Order: sequence, then structure tokens, then C-alpha cells
Amino acid sequence: MDVELKAITKRFGAVVANKDVTLQVRAGEVLGLLGENGAGKSTLMNVLCGLYRPDEGQIVINGTPVQFTNPGDAIAAGIGMVHQHFMLVPVFTVAENVVLGVEPVGRLNHLDLKTASAKVREISARYGLTVDPDALIETLPVGVQQRVEIIKVLFRSADVLILDEPTAVLTPQEVEDFFGIVRSLRDAGKAIIFITHKLNEILEIADRISVLRAGRIVGESDPATATKADLAEVMVGRPVHFEVDRSGAAPGDAMLVIKDLTVLRDDNTIAVDNVSLTVRGGEVLGIAGVQGNGQSALIQAITGLMPAARGTIRFLGQDITHASVRARHKLGLAHIPEDRQRMGLIPDFTVAENMVLDSYYDPRYARGPQVQWDAVNQWAATAAAAFDVRTTSVFAKAGHLSGGNQQKLIVARELSRDTKAVIAAQPTRGLDVGSIEYIHSRLMAARAEGDAVLIMSSELDEILALSDRIVVMFKGRIVAEFDANVEKPEKSQIGLAMAGVAA
Amino acid sequence: MSVNESLDAARDKLLQRAAPDRTEFEDLVIVPLFAFAVALILGAVTMLATGVDLATIGRSYVALLVGSVGSVNALSETLVAAIPLVLAGLGLALGFRAGLFNIGAEGQILMGGLAAVIFGFTFSALPFVILMPLSLLAGALTGAFYAGIAGWLRAATGAHEVISTIMLNLISYRLLDYMLSLPWVQREGRADPVSRSVPDAAELPRLLEWLDPNLRLHAGVFVMLLAVAFVYWLLFRTKLGFEFRASGASPDAARYAGMHASLIIVIAMATAGALAGLAGANQVLGVLGRATPGFSAGIGFDAIAVALLGRSHPIGVLFAGLLFGALQAGGRQMQVDAGVGIDLIGIIQALVIVFIAAPLLVRAIFPWGFRNRQKGTHQ
Amino acid sequence: MNGAETLQRPNAAIDLGARRRTRIVGAILILLAAFVVVVLGDAPGDATFRLSRPRDVWVLPDLIVPAQPFIYIAAALTAFLGARQFLRGGGRWTTLSLGLGLGLGVLAFLVWATAGNAFSLTGMLQATMVRAVPIALGGLAAVMCERVAVVNIAVEGMLLAGAFTGALMGSVVGGWGGLLSAVVIGGLFGFILAALVVTYRMDQIIAGVVINLFVLGLTSYVSSQVFAEMRHLNNAPVFRAIDIPLLSDIPVIGPMLFQQNIFVYGALIMVAVSTYYLFHTRNGLRARAVGEHPRAADTLGIDVYRTRYLHVTIGGMIAGFGGAWFTLGSVGRFDENMTGGRGFIGLAAMVFGRWHPVGALMAALVFGFTDSLQQKLALLQTPIPSEFLAMAPYVATIVVVAGLIGRARPPAADGKPYVKE
Repeated sequence: MDVELKAITKRFGAVVANKDVTLQVRAGEVLGLLGENGAGKSTLMNVLCGLYRPDEGQIVINGTPVQFTNPGDAIAAGIGMVHQHFMLVPVFTVAENVVLGVEPVGRLNHLDLKTASAKVREISARYGLTVDPDALIETLPVGVQQRVEIIKVLFRSADVLILDEPTAVLTPQEVEDFFGIVRSLRDAGKAIIFITHKLNEILEIADRISVLRAGRIVGESDPATATKADLAEVMVGRPVHFEVDRSGAAPGDAMLVIKDLTVLRDDNTIAVDNVSLTVRGGEVLGIAGVQGNGQSALIQAITGLMPAARGTIRFLGQDITHASVRARHKLGLAHIPEDRQRMGLIPDFTVAENMVLDSYYDPRYARGPQVQWDAVNQWAATAAAAFDVRTTSVFAKAGHLSGGNQQKLIVARELSRDTKAVIAAQPTRGLDVGSIEYIHSRLMAARAEGDAVLIMSSELDEILALSDRIVVMFKGRIVAEFDANVEKPEKSQIGLAMAGVAA
Repeated sequence: MSVNESLDAARDKLLQRAAPDRTEFEDLVIVPLFAFAVALILGAVTMLATGVDLATIGRSYVALLVGSVGSVNALSETLVAAIPLVLAGLGLALGFRAGLFNIGAEGQILMGGLAAVIFGFTFSALPFVILMPLSLLAGALTGAFYAGIAGWLRAATGAHEVISTIMLNLISYRLLDYMLSLPWVQREGRADPVSRSVPDAAELPRLLEWLDPNLRLHAGVFVMLLAVAFVYWLLFRTKLGFEFRASGASPDAARYAGMHASLIIVIAMATAGALAGLAGANQVLGVLGRATPGFSAGIGFDAIAVALLGRSHPIGVLFAGLLFGALQAGGRQMQVDAGVGIDLIGIIQALVIVFIAAPLLVRAIFPWGFRNRQKGTHQ
Repeated sequence: MNGAETLQRPNAAIDLGARRRTRIVGAILILLAAFVVVVLGDAPGDATFRLSRPRDVWVLPDLIVPAQPFIYIAAALTAFLGARQFLRGGGRWTTLSLGLGLGLGVLAFLVWATAGNAFSLTGMLQATMVRAVPIALGGLAAVMCERVAVVNIAVEGMLLAGAFTGALMGSVVGGWGGLLSAVVIGGLFGFILAALVVTYRMDQIIAGVVINLFVLGLTSYVSSQVFAEMRHLNNAPVFRAIDIPLLSDIPVIGPMLFQQNIFVYGALIMVAVSTYYLFHTRNGLRARAVGEHPRAADTLGIDVYRTRYLHVTIGGMIAGFGGAWFTLGSVGRFDENMTGGRGFIGLAAMVFGRWHPVGALMAALVFGFTDSLQQKLALLQTPIPSEFLAMAPYVATIVVVAGLIGRARPPAADGKPYVKE
């Protein structure tokens, strides 16, 4: 089946997400759609799968123009999408998720889950997608959940598969397996659109490449001849430096020392299992691992948001295992949280209010019970200007800023005071390249000033670029440790550790 | 130092406030106006449907106007009705800002009012300058304690405050009935549940008796104005207010910022309860002079509407409370002049909030009242 | 490290969290036992519970319990359960022990109150069922709404609207017409709630509160404006109990389940049907998907808005039916605010019942029991003031939502509006 997007334009209010985009994909090929975060890739694909309606342009399938009013129409037309954030109901079983919307039923509208399970088994056997149809989704690792998503699409006999950033949650080895699946689907005659911002992946899997920047198609290229540097320049619109300057490593004293730390989740299951690690001043420690292996809990325990069930955390020689969030903050612990929209800032508050979110009580801004808003505003303006936060004024709502500027606001708030350690969780997730470079430079500046820097990221490239030392977490434990200053570790080595295979 | 100069310039630019745009004006002025107009029209439709003829409907709306602002007495009555509404509404608004949906003002008013009465007649020997303020304080503290229960339940066990405050309301009715039947509370020689009277030294003095002894406006109006100023200061000028607002807007961000979520919930609930208790104390010390079963008369529920209409802003609550006070005062006149039941006011109030809380609905009904906005620009 | 240590460590860590709850439950049980002995200890005479009525086909003898010994045994058992929590650790027994202990406490209380007296246990169970009906239906209505992620605080208002409409239309066109109108009006308010929260994205709690205020205002207005003068408009026929042949003759259970009016039968049937619907049919699966992950449902071509409208409307119809119980199933006459918070107790029943129709019914029976208990106790002239007995259901509700009896997970998207673009 051939699909063509012709001159698609999609606006959200005044924002133009896609402008005049034309694309086509044929049966039996993989089209790589490359673009950085915020370039409009997901919006474009949501148009193709019927979730959004285009303002202009049309979709043509096998030469016939079609109109989708809802995702059901797109599914009926044979288009299936695996979303970046999985569209699975966690409390349903695999089979229930797969059949949702096209359920086999018996008499009295009775759900026929036996037939559903049988069909799931049949598809998993045919494409080598091993999964237990009766398992609850929430009990499955993300790699398996992704297989369920693909089975879901195949169950609806889709001929066009859209894969939106499918490798974001996978280990390098899982990515290899996943590419195998994609190739076998292509060889079975499916048309595949592979969306990513990762250059090496697109060069490996795509038969053709289209590059999207600021909502427009800015180039097409052939993966056989294109180089990473060329593609990056087209994608960002200027030459990009991949390497972060990490020269001049001068690790000092141990500042953050964690011993035998165990952290429990709300349901009393173990999130962090007997972890010990040390971060010295002037070094960056990177925590690698597949999402959900305890990294978030470790960071929340260090910053005081989750209680430690066992073990100790010492910071600058003091025992802070049971100290409050604020006490740790006062000691000079800066925290750039994982979820900036939910935790890092309050979208309804102004930029100035967000700038003092965790320091409003400080004598600089408060006198007695009162907050001195004049002082706050002055300082917020200074910090915003110094950290390149682009906003109309400090009285604008933080929710109106772009993702990159929101993150820069958080970084400004956390790093512009006297810090001793910086804990950064997913510091650049979902940001454009410009903001990523800026935030990386700020983190390296903190390192140069002698701060202990702890970075957790699901982007292995980011960990490799920034870290002096790397630890890998799997099922709540540290399963491997690498010293990048001695010998730069191979991606595959880290990947194996991420998958729980002992090095 | 050109770099510094450009930074300074950038900084100064960031400190400029944008002029309030049209959207804010629409939300603050046009939406409430339309909401009120539609509610009055639908109120008229309700009257028509229950067999009231057009002339009477006209008369009743005239009575509504005359009874609320048509004379000194009407204005006095409007203010008297507005005082408890504003006080309790301030408490609810403060709760909303902190992310707490407190439906329990009714029970907090009853408990606060009862406490004020009991304190008043128990220490009736004290002089006015001590007894009156302490009676008010007793009301506020009891209201704070009663609301604090729901706050504590929420903080300690996660019990949703909507259900627990409603249950506390129902419990407060029974508790009041029980207390009023106790020999040391019940008025001597009465078999029905009526408390002893508040002594003169505990009463909020009437302000306009020199003009006409029937004017009921009492000193509670100053308590109300002070409370408006206090809540404004608390919410927007203090650290605690910042914590309230942060926890309300995003509990996760508040926790991240090192705020003590459980404590803030309890304090916010207790402050809201104190204001509601103060409203109850105002009623018994300023208007009723004693406690009877259900003396709150639905003020706690109307106060929800007041807080919503006032957009949980102290100044907004003041105006909304005055409006609802006018509706109450006018409604009584309406009942007398046109024979239309005062419950109609309840319908109008509910309709006002529907339209206030769903601006999209008002925009859908009156598209010409608003500047055309691109879809998706509002967040 | 050796293998055994690795295996043991997780258990030790988990115990840290569970132990606290175990201890709290143990303390509660021991306090309860002490309360039973100290407060209820003095109960001379026998407590007589009648299990049958004279007219019954199969007559069971009266149950005669010597009060004092029974109370001491109950206290001893409760204390044993409590002590066991401390000595052996609770584990899976914690919740069960708490349930058993509370049950024993209630029995001891009942025996104490009845000591030297007699009353009909069967009658009380029958009353329990009857009083559970509006709560169960309110809870079921809330389950239908919350399963598609719409919080329905307006259950109270919908019950009140159903009660009012039942009385008015029942007086005009007769019982069945009244019942049908009540269901339609309930559905109408469900539809309005759906419109406010789905289409106009109003805050769900505010929308519910507003509907409650509106219905209260409207029904009070009409009843004072119209019913006061035209009494014949507020005089509806009442549905009488229908005995199911054979089944109604079973002792104790017969009168409780099979000598009731259509509201009891209707509630039981609706609970069964909605359980089947939600958990065993295609549409039920889709509805639950909308409540758990609306975006996923949307990407699969399920119309989230339509599903929400539909189920909230159905929920409203159920609440309308439940509301008609107050007038058509009970007294035949409407009084201002006659639902008296039953809708809110229904919401608590839904939480207690873990968002499951059968659970909501069971929880409603517990509330119905406390409700009928306080009625019976008022007759037995216990020294407890009647106001405190009347508070019992409300206190029980608070205890339930405070989660002393275990907590469950609501649908993931509960209370959140869904914005398509």
C-alpha cells in the first residue's frame, strides 16, 4: 500500500506545527523521518493516523484521496501507529489491549477473550514477537510493552506502520532486535515510517530519509551516501558539535556518599536495592539504565522526596538520610527534576514565582512572614537574562514558555545559587538541540566549579558525552561501573549491563 | 562593559508588566455579567413554568432590586446578609487556592456560632471590650478545629475532603440538636431546642440605630473588611500564602520545593474553618442572638457560590458576597411583594455559578460578546 | 554475599512498611475489646432475637443470648485477635482480623442494647436491605460515571431530582409513570453533567456541586410554591412489596431478599447486569479503557466523548430510579431535601466497594445496617442520645473514606477532562 501526504498544514492557534508538508511511503520500504524535538514529527503522524485533522492538504492512499475524521477511519484504511508514549491500558491484559476497539464477541455481546488470546499467540508466532497474552500490561517491562503495541497494530491488519521514536526506551541490544523486527515487517510488504531524532539509527534502518525542521520538510537524502554531520546540519539548520568539552577533569573529595541504600515504592516493592555509590567534587557521574529500573527512586531518595528504607546518604560529611527536602536544599543540593511540567515548575505561576519556588523563604526574598516581591522580581529578571530564558517578562506564566525555556528556567533557579552538588534527571528530554547544548554547557560549568554532578538519563549518548564515570542500574541495583576517563566504554558494553547481562 | 549593559537592558525589559489584555477583561467582567443575566432570565422561565404570570414576574424582579438597594434599610439588609457570606466565602476561596474543596463551611458555621453563643453566656460577667472579641475568637477557633478534622483526615489518610466535609456537615446538625437539648445550653423553661441568649456585652453593636432602630447593620461589617484585607495579604504577600497557592496549583511541585504538604493542608483547612466559624459567630452575635437548629440557613453552601463567583480572589469574594447578599435581601422582599418563594434565589445562584465555572458555555451562548479567538491559544 | 542473605533482604524491607499497619490494627482491636468490657460490660438478662414472624410458613425458634457472657466472650475474642497482631504479626490476617473484630464489636453492642428485651432480627435485616437501596443505587450510578473517569458528586442531586419527579409525576399519572419520569429526569441531569464536564470542560467537582445546589433550589422552590397549595400533586401511590413465591418463605433470607418492592429487586438486577456489562462485554471493556487511558482508547477509534456522555447519562438514570425510592418506594410524598446526604454516602459506598458494582452493593448494605440499627436502637430506649445514633452512618462513611478498611485504586483518568487536540 502506498501512502502520500500532500501539502499538509496543521495549526494550533497561532502556532503552525506543520507547513506544506509532502511525503510518501511505498509498500516494502522504511521511510526515515528525521527531526529534532519540537520539529512537528509527531503532529504530522497524528494527522496521518486520524487523531488530528489537517487544516490544509490531503492524504492519498493508493492514488485515492481520503479523509479521516477519527482514528477509527485511519485504522480501517490500514494505517497503524505505535506512539512514543505507549497507548496501553496498564490494568488490562495483553489480549484485552490488543483487541480493544475490534473485540471478538459471542452471544449477548460477551467478550471472547479466548479467541483474542489465540490470535495474539498466532501473530506473536508469525513475527517472532514473544509475549504472554494473559499477562497484565503493568507487570511487563517496556521492551515487551512495545511488542504488544506492534501486535496491536498488526492485529488490525495494518499495511502502513508508523513508529514514533520507538527506540527511546530500549537498550542497545533491544534496539538491534527491534530493527530485526522492523526489517522482517518490511520484507513482509508493509510500508513503515520510522520517526526519530537519532542519526545513527536512521542511517541504519531507513531506505529513504526525509528531514523535518520547524514544521517543514527541509531535505531528503539517501542513507547509503549521507553522513551524520550532513544530516545533523540539515536537521538543526547549522553545524552541530556532538562532543562536549570534558577536558580538565580534577576530581576532588567525595561529596555525596551513598551506602547500602534501599528504597521502597508506595506498594512496598523494592525500587532501589542496596545501592552504594560516591560522587566526588568536580566529576560527573552518569546513571544509565532502562526506564523503570530504580534510577528515579534513587534520585528522589537523594533529594528527600522518597524515604530511605535502609542505608545512609551522606552529603558534605553530614548524614542526610532523614533530612527534609529543604534541609538538603539549604546544604547546596540542586535538583533538576525528571518531570519539569509536573514537578519542576508550576505552569500557572509567573516566571518570577517559579524562580523562587524553592527559595522564597530565604532572607534575600522574605522578611518575617512576608515575601518581598520586589526583590524576587529583580532577582528573577537578572537570572532569566543570565540564563537566556526567553520570556516577554518575569510576570508571564511559566506555562506559556517553550519546553526549552522552561527547562532553562529550572536550571537558572537551581544553578544560580551556591551549589555543592547538582542532581539532574533527564535534563534534556524532549528539548531542541540549542537548548540541549546550552544546558550541557551549564552542567559542565558546575563541574568545573567543583560541584559533584549526578546525571540520570535514558539517552545513552547523553550519558556517554557528559560523564566521567558511569554506573548502570538494573532492577534497582548497580550492575556495572565504568570509568570513562580511563577508557571510554563501548555502547554495547553498557547496553548489555542495562539488559541485566553481567559484564 | 557592553555585555553587562546588554544584560541590564534585557533585565529591565523583563521587569515590565504587560497591560492587562482583553481576555482578562472578558473573564473578569463580561462572563459574570452574562452569567447573571442568563440566570435571571432562566429564573423567570422557572417562574413561568410554575404558573406565575408575567406581571408578577416583573413585580418580583422590581422587588428584588428595591429590596436590595432601594433604601437605607435595603442596603443595611444587603450588608447584613453579605457579612457571613463574605467571611465563609473567603475561607472557601483560601481552600480552593490551596487545592482543597471544602464543602464543610455549613458545619463549621454551626459549630463556630454555637461556640460563640456558649462562650458568650458562660462568661457573661466579662465587660464588652473583652467578651465580644473573645466570643468571636471562640467561634473562629472552634470552626478551625472542626475543619481541621477534615484537613487532618486528608493529610494523614488521603480521605477526600469533599466527602468528609459533607459528612461533618451532617454530623454537625445532629451535634447541634444534641447540644441545644443539654440543660446548661438550653434556654430555661423551653422544651424546644433553643440556646440561651447572647448577653448584650457579647453582641456586635448595631451601627445605625441612631438613624432608625430597625436597621440591623452591625459591627460585623468591619470584621468582614478586615478579613478581606487579611486574606489578601495572607495569600499574595506571605510565605504561607505562597505555599498554599503552590500546593493548590501543583502538589508535586510544592513537595519538590520542600514544602510540607500535610501541614499546609491542615493549616489551610483550619484557616478556612476559622473564617467560616467567624461567619457563624457573626450571625449569632450580630443578628440572631441565640442558636437554634440549622441557624446557618444554607450560608455555607451559598458561600461556595460566592467563592467561585469571586474567582477565589479576596476582592472578588467581597463583590460576589455583596451581590449574593443583595439577592438574599431582595429575595425576601420578593417573597413579600410578589409571593414568589425565596428558594428561587437558590436556583438563580446555582445558574450563576454554572455559567461562571464554564466560560466556554457562556462563549458558546453569546459568541458576539467576545472577541474571536483562535482555537488553542488559551491554556 | 551469599544467596540466603539476598533472598531475605527484600522481605525485611517490605516488613518495615507493613508492620506499622499491623500494629495500628492490633491497637484498635485491643481498644475495642476494652471499650466492650468497660462500657457494655453491665448487661443483665437475656437478649432475645426473633428470627421469624408469627405468620411465616417455616417458623424458627427465637434466638436467646445470655447477654453478659456473650459480651465478655466477644471482648475476649477481639482482644485475642488484637494481641495476635502484636505477637505473630498480621500478614494477610490484618484486614480479616479488623473485619472480624469490628463485627464482634457490633454484635456485642447489639446484645447489650437488647439485653432484657426482645426484637426482630429478621425485621432489622429486611430494613437493612430497604435502607441500602438508595445508597446502593447511588453508588452504582457513581460507579458507572467513574468507570469512564467522570467524578459524579451530583449523585445526591440526581437522587433528589428522582424523588421529586417520582412524587410529582406519580401523583399525576400513577406509579409506573412516575418511576419512568424519575428515570428520565435522572438521565437528563446525567446528560447535563456530561455536557458541562465533557464538552464545556467545567471542573467535575464544581459541576457536581452546582447540580446539587440547583436541584435543591428547584425542588424546594416548587415544593413550597406549588405543593403547599396543591397537595394532590404531592400524593403519589407507593409500590407495595411483592412476595416471590417459595423463595419468600425461606426463613430470615426470604423476608430480606424476596418480600420486597420493585426497588429492591431493581437494585439487585441492576447490580448484576452492570457487573456483567462492565467486565464481560465489549462495550464494558471500552468504557473501562476510556476511564483508564482515554488517549489510548481514542487512538483505537473509540469515541471518548460519546462513551462518557452515554455512561454518565446511564448513571443519572440509575440515580433517578434510586431517587424514586424515597417517594414511590417509601412514603409517597416529597419533602424538601429528603435525600439527606444518601447520595454522598453512595459515593463512599463506591469507594469502599472498590469501584465495583457488587462491592458498592455490599458497602451499601453495611451503611443500611448502621441506618436500620439506629432506628431499632431508638426503639429499644438505650441510654445513648438518639442524635448520636443518627450520626452513625456519617461517622461510618468518614471511617470508610479514611481508608481504615483498605484502599483500592480508582480508574487512572478519574476526574481528568480529556482534551482531544
